[in-house]
Amino acid sequence: MNPLFRRRLRALCRKEFFLIVRDPGSVLVAFILPVLLLFIFGYAINLDTGNVRLGVLVEDAGPAGESLLQALKGSSAFQLRHCGSRQEVMALLASGEVRGAVIVANDFSAKWLQGEGTAALQLLTDGSEPNTAQFIGSYAQGVYEKWDQGEAYDRGLVWAPVVELRPRSWFNPGMVSRNFLAPGSISVVMTIIGALLTSLVVAREWERGTMEALLATPVTRMELLLSKIIPYYLLGILAMILCLVVAVQVMGVPFRGSFPALFVISSLFLGSSLGLGLFLSTLLKNQFNAAQAALTAGFLPSLMLSGFVFQIESMPRPLQWLTRLVPARYFAHSLQTLFLAGTIPSLLIPDGLFLALLAGFWLGLTAWRSKRTVE
Amino acid sequence: MTGSSQLPPVTIRIRGLVKRFAPQGAEAIKNVTTEMRWGQITGLVGPDGAGKSTLIRMMAGLLHPTQGEIRVNGLDPRAQSGALREIIGYMPQKFGLYEELSVMENLSLYADLRNVTGVERDQGIESLLHFTDLARFTGRPAGKLSGGMKQKLGLACSLLGSPKVLLLDEPGVGIDPISRRELWKMVRKLSSTGMTVVWSTAYLDEAELCDEVRLMAHGEIKAGGPPRVLMDRMRGRSLRITGIWGNRRALLGRALASPQVMDGVIQGSSVRILLRQAGELPCLEALQAGAGASLVEAPPRLEDAFISILGGGPGGESALAAQLPLVELPPEVDPHAVIRAHRLTKRFGDFTATRDVSFTVARGEIFGLLGPNGAGKSTIFKMKCGLLKPTSGQATVMGIDLTSSPSKARQRLGYMAQKFSLYKQLSVGQNLEFFSGIYGLAGEVQREKIARMVELFNLRHYLDSPADELPLGFKQRLALACAVMHEPQILFLDEPTSGVDPVTRREFWNHINGVAEKGVTVMVTTHFMDEAEYCDRIGIVYRGELIALGTPDQLKERVASPGNPDPTMEDAFIRLVREADR
Repeated sequence: MNPLFRRRLRALCRKEFFLIVRDPGSVLVAFILPVLLLFIFGYAINLDTGNVRLGVLVEDAGPAGESLLQALKGSSAFQLRHCGSRQEVMALLASGEVRGAVIVANDFSAKWLQGEGTAALQLLTDGSEPNTAQFIGSYAQGVYEKWDQGEAYDRGLVWAPVVELRPRSWFNPGMVSRNFLAPGSISVVMTIIGALLTSLVVAREWERGTMEALLATPVTRMELLLSKIIPYYLLGILAMILCLVVAVQVMGVPFRGSFPALFVISSLFLGSSLGLGLFLSTLLKNQFNAAQAALTAGFLPSLMLSGFVFQIESMPRPLQWLTRLVPARYFAHSLQTLFLAGTIPSLLIPDGLFLALLAGFWLGLTAWRSKRTVE
Repeated sequence: MTGSSQLPPVTIRIRGLVKRFAPQGAEAIKNVTTEMRWGQITGLVGPDGAGKSTLIRMMAGLLHPTQGEIRVNGLDPRAQSGALREIIGYMPQKFGLYEELSVMENLSLYADLRNVTGVERDQGIESLLHFTDLARFTGRPAGKLSGGMKQKLGLACSLLGSPKVLLLDEPGVGIDPISRRELWKMVRKLSSTGMTVVWSTAYLDEAELCDEVRLMAHGEIKAGGPPRVLMDRMRGRSLRITGIWGNRRALLGRALASPQVMDGVIQGSSVRILLRQAGELPCLEALQAGAGASLVEAPPRLEDAFISILGGGPGGESALAAQLPLVELPPEVDPHAVIRAHRLTKRFGDFTATRDVSFTVARGEIFGLLGPNGAGKSTIFKMKCGLLKPTSGQATVMGIDLTSSPSKARQRLGYMAQKFSLYKQLSVGQNLEFFSGIYGLAGEVQREKIARMVELFNLRHYLDSPADELPLGFKQRLALACAVMHEPQILFLDEPTSGVDPVTRREFWNHINGVAEKGVTVMVTTHFMDEAEYCDRIGIVYRGELIALGTPDQLKERVASPGNPDPTMEDAFIRLVREADR
């Protein structure tokens, strides 16, 4: 390698390093923000629905009604709220104080003895929150069936299904959503670090007039580009390590994959998100616009289209295709694999290939757009 | 300049140069052909938008010409860019420094980038630190240096690697005259060792120091040659009317209206005029200059030459002033203190932006604040308009305290901000409507007022274009129009003429003089030394303090000495600042 090339590149990287260290903003974005976001995503967004407030109105005075009430009380999923009348049930539902209600009608005991218990049982759910509504529906049904079974057993009517279903969740046995969300949120955090930080750096040089001075020196385009990638790549890897430590040590998320695989995948991902940020910065030459664009083009898709919060399989077809262009999709998937399942080449290799492709695309575009003139 | 055989060799040769930024767009540079010579300082002189930076950037290989050719030391900046970068030093307008890096870190960065290695590197940095007198500040971040020191560091960074050609893009903008003089000395020393220097500037007084100048306007070189030669051509055409009785501003108006006079400005207590033809004098009686008045030949300036080349000043009376009513102050307002600042102090954290500033401005007076960037002019200004609250002290206009009832005061005053502060996306017409609306004009009165502004500032052609797309001179005109539409009794102008060409500057001062005649009290800031002389009184602001206050003549007299019996405003400024530093 040309010694002058090495020397200039080293000087540029050192400069970039000083700028990062002395700019409180970069430190904030690189180290404080990831931890903060990780906690927000990990604890505040909670897809586990436990302790749903459920209204109960028992009009039935028979023993069956009382016994069903006890069964509902025993379920850990619900927090019961006793109501005195149907009007009260409606009012509580309307005000959102309960998300659903079970009404045991006054002929329930009679109907149930005839084997038509559900005919006198009414379940109301708050349809404005469909996920919760569905959860309440299936859970309430589960409680009823279990109770029904138990009652039948008690009365000697053994009700045994031929096939018994015993669901077990592999990889995330406790179905703790944090275990699933943490790797996903790391991918969002890393997108922010990669795209947001780098979206500012080239634009800043244009705004402050330093780019013009650099371009008038013997610096080459390649050196300029590398000097922007290398320091921010290292910063990204550091932030990744930080995220890993916080996720495993603090949040208790398991990590079952191998570190080299994580390193390779993270590097490829950083390549694509740094590339996106640099491209926007090079194109727009204005910090404010570049940051806006980076948030829109980096952060939002990584949140919405990566499969982290919303499942890709349930998106409309065109959106599903669009997700293929979002690097965070592959990264989130790989991280979930690495954290929860382990190093599974058949999953990681396609992800890695797509990430490499996207990294090549954005970095290539940036190289193509960076000129040696100020035009 | 006789015998071309003695001229040093040509280092930069430019032929038929054209630059368009869009394929079908306007020409930013129109067919420029010129040369720059070894060991000389060539000044590219002209207003903003004249094409100076574009030309310099093309020499540095940062822009490629649309047509024509450039050779810098025989190198084509486009095809031989690598070799070119080894021999040029370039300082862009903002100096190209990393504010977070220390002086030493900036220097070693540029040393590495310019391939300066080994012993040469240590010695180079050492001698540049000595040369620029920055050795004491090596550890200080560049962002914490004063404007003058930044400029020196920028120069030092561009000098690493001993370039053969030095390109400086407006190195002196907004820098105090002392630092500017120091920079000149340094660059002069460099050129004497055989460095070819190109120096772009909007200051015509500064350009007089160059070996050669190229006067630029609208992308063309309008004239070129040694400044002495250009100024000698004007000999006999620059005169001063001294010993004036009565109102010198009215006299200037009459002088500009007379057919013999091409241009004129106020200079302290006298009026300086430029004749169309040497020897064809205006009649002093007809100008009503008074019995004691006389015409004295004044040494020509480069500005005279430029104005003459551009076809003279706007002339005549200010149409803006003509339609303004005479200002009648309410009886309770003291006409000697329409504006009053009493011990104004403003602190931002532990930084004192202005300290203990007191002055008064009388009705119809033009009061100027003169000082380099960062001295505190704008801070004083903003406190006077009620835009900033003083930490201590009192600011009043027409007896109204700006801290307690700023909105009541604001209806009386017009304010033109330093940076273009109109709505860039709104059209000229919409801006006029908006600003007249917020000052309470409505209906027929508003329509009539806007129509008049459009007419007298020549804005008809641009009425529907977004304000952002106007040429600089028209932007400034629009800003002034928006500031005066509600017929304010007080006008605040923050650097109204910075960057515009000398002819537009004349037009502005014509208006300013005119409205002052109508009794409007005017406060203006400037960093042009010569503009300070157009004011009735000036205050010199330096490091947040008002270090001197008086008429331009008084300030100049204060520093007159047997060695320099007729000092310029710049001499006065430098002396007063040095005294304040002591």
